[in-house]
Amino acid sequence: MSTQRKALTPEQAAALVPDGATVMIGGFLGVGSPRRVIDALVARGAKGLTVIGNDTGRPELGIGKLVVAGCVSKVIVSHIGTNPVTQQKMMAGEIAVELVPQGTLAERIRAGGAGLGGILTPTGVGTTVAEGKQVLTVDGRDYLLEKPLRADVALLHCYEADYYANLTYRLTAQNFNPLMAMAADTVIAEPDEVVPIGVIPPDHVRTPGILVTHLVERPH
Amino acid sequence: MDAKEIIARRVAQELRDRTLVNLGIGLPTLVARYVPEGMLVAFQSENGIIGFGARPPEGMEDPNLTDAGGGFISALPGAFAFDSATSFALIRGGHMDMTVLGGLQVDARGRLANWMVPGKMVAGMGGAMDLVAGARRVVVAMQHAAKGEAKIVPELTLPPTSARPVSLVVTDLAVIEPTPQGLVLRERAPGVAVEEILAATTAPLTVPDTVPEMSL
Repeated sequence: MSTQRKALTPEQAAALVPDGATVMIGGFLGVGSPRRVIDALVARGAKGLTVIGNDTGRPELGIGKLVVAGCVSKVIVSHIGTNPVTQQKMMAGEIAVELVPQGTLAERIRAGGAGLGGILTPTGVGTTVAEGKQVLTVDGRDYLLEKPLRADVALLHCYEADYYANLTYRLTAQNFNPLMAMAADTVIAEPDEVVPIGVIPPDHVRTPGILVTHLVERPH
Repeated sequence: MDAKEIIARRVAQELRDRTLVNLGIGLPTLVARYVPEGMLVAFQSENGIIGFGARPPEGMEDPNLTDAGGGFISALPGAFAFDSATSFALIRGGHMDMTVLGGLQVDARGRLANWMVPGKMVAGMGGAMDLVAGARRVVVAMQHAAKGEAKIVPELTLPPTSARPVSLVVTDLAVIEPTPQGLVLRERAPGVAVEEILAATTAPLTVPDTVPEMSL
């Protein structure tokens, strides 16, 4: 059982993300993104981050804020269409964009956290996504070998955390968060609510506190 | 009836009772308005929910409950929320009975392009590649032509979304079915002549002896 721990301020959490780090950030168009830690990274002037996430949000939302502030040198995402700044920076050569089909992204992160050497998916066969990748035929059907993804730091948003940092997620704000909790060396979770131990029933814990390196304080 | 309503109403006729369906962002979303009376269709939003409803009243929105376009939604009784791996396991694993997606181009082989225009617009594929690879039926809902330029073309000039052909293409002019022998014209929109459809299509199109009007 994990021990009780002291919650960090968003600024303290941001200080644990080194410049140049590979960072997984939960969220889908900012829903389920750790917004306070993102703001603190922008305020700190983080540089050279490789960000793995579903999308680059909007210029004023989610991962989009990091892109606009120049904190990011590369993104590995499924979608950039809602953030014209990402497209501009990509065209200008200021940011590298690796586009990954959303389901493949989820499974690559899951594989990274599950000790798998990759996954085989039919998604992307016969498209530009297949370029440079191994195609394996299983029972007559073609699959792409997609490699696992891991990160130095995962920045999560959750609904509740208890004092052990056991986490729950809420509705469509879960998305990539529980997968990323498994796939990074340092895991930082930003909760909406902090509750006493025992309030979250064992069956409702989605990410066990023992996997969470640091908890951010609840919003004031 | 405007072009979008024609498309949405006709696509809604492809819905079947007790099925799981994913609607893409934009035009496909309109299909949910025309679910036939008494039919149970479970709509999935790939950001993580089955069973979502209309936007809540002003001030009742939940920042943790949105659709794949980021718009606020509500959850219906019996809704199910899940993570992204589960979402795409539903899509790829043979559980998704039908998806409706927008399109930039469809070619004679039935291949769809809908995620980027080289040098102009790079949106990213989002969930589209998984949906076309994995859903049991893939219905494309799009305008027949864009600013006078044909979208149903002999060969894609844009990067394909999948090598797998789509099941059906519904436009404001026609219903077209990709088959191993090529594209077949199945229906025409009310008041639209076959010649008009042929003129707006650069891909070869097989025209059967009778092409009924859509029954909307």
